[in-house]
Amino acid sequence: MTPDTVAAPESGRKETLVWTWYVGVGVALVLWGLLYSQLVAMSEWLVSLFPVLPGSHFGEALAFFFYDAPKVLLLLTLVVFAMGVMRSYFSPEKTRALLSGKREGAGNVMAAGLGIVTPFCSCSAVPLFIGFVSAGVPLGVTFSFLIAAPMVNEVALGLLFGLVGWQVALTYLGFGLGVAIVAGWVIGQARLEGWLQDWVKGIHAGNGVPVPSDDLTFVDRIRFGIEALKDIVGRVWVWVIAGIAVGALIHGYVPADLMAEIMGADAWWSVPAAVLIGIPIYSNAAGVIPIVEALLGKGAALGTTLAFMMSVIALSLPEMIILRKVLTLRLIAVFISVVGAGILAVGFLFNVLFH
Amino acid sequence: MKNVKVLGSGCKRCETTEAMVKEAAAKLGIDVKVEKVTDYAEIARFGIASTPGIVIDGKVVHAGGLPRAEALEKWLRA
Repeated sequence: MTPDTVAAPESGRKETLVWTWYVGVGVALVLWGLLYSQLVAMSEWLVSLFPVLPGSHFGEALAFFFYDAPKVLLLLTLVVFAMGVMRSYFSPEKTRALLSGKREGAGNVMAAGLGIVTPFCSCSAVPLFIGFVSAGVPLGVTFSFLIAAPMVNEVALGLLFGLVGWQVALTYLGFGLGVAIVAGWVIGQARLEGWLQDWVKGIHAGNGVPVPSDDLTFVDRIRFGIEALKDIVGRVWVWVIAGIAVGALIHGYVPADLMAEIMGADAWWSVPAAVLIGIPIYSNAAGVIPIVEALLGKGAALGTTLAFMMSVIALSLPEMIILRKVLTLRLIAVFISVVGAGILAVGFLFNVLFH
Repeated sequence: MKNVKVLGSGCKRCETTEAMVKEAAAKLGIDVKVEKVTDYAEIARFGIASTPGIVIDGKVVHAGGLPRAEALEKWLRA
């Protein structure tokens, strides 16, 4: 292919365009900072518009909502944009090339790590699964990726960092990766390749398929980030608002001693209960974290809360239904039990350690 | 006459991609036959791991996410 020849005046115009992009992003960042610094003032003003007593149940719930909603949306915007730019350096095809033929063990660790940065949407879980397995990525390694990708992502980490604190965010990162690595490894050791749907076993794509990567300029990557922003924030904002509303109700109405009784570290059964309740609840990270914030604020134990969050995000019914096309029911059952057991272990461990 | 396949099963972005291909071809005045491939097995045989994908005359030119309009025009002209 011959490189495009560009005439001189044309390139001059392109140069100015590039600068407009940089200036635009700079201005947007400054605006973001200004808005973020005014969050408290804004929320107090919004609450004052309502005829409620400060300190009443409803007043507390409103204050939580009007502070959290703009804060979460602002954080989400920044995180998704930054990760969109970063993700333009990765693609499922590149990740697959890195993982193909890797041995279990090291492969599981790499797959979980790459799950954080590779663009992934659960709607394309099936082509991704087949694409990986048919190109020689071991089944267990593929599972490590599939578990980590939705669970340990930028939205979860960015929001935990902003709302709950960096300690919990780092903990979640470490143990989320741990669950993905160990669960994938266990599934790999069990040699369950025979439990795939028959038509999947017959496909051998090989890894020699060249998927062209067009050379992106930095401006292209900024545009990639903006696209990600429109796409992801456009899709998840409803979940965020719903999650914050639930969080606000918990914050305003649920008494702290009741919470300590049912979700405190002393109630051992609360961890398995949190995992079970989390499976049918379908939400993404953005929706569940405001709830996590409110639960922790009311004295729920960290382990129980993390287990609930991981279960909601990593074990989702809709994803299982999508994966049913490629996995037999037996394999789905193994998947749910192994990941569930990992989450349980994390929950118990934390409740014991931070008691 | 170019044969364009849009790979992807039912996602909204796959439909948008198909519309983008038709629009770009019409704009460039290129004769194309656009075909949607929704069967997972067939998609996998093209070797991509993310959808939507675009195949022009048997060659994979794009996988994952919406294509950029300029890139799409370049592929169609090539």
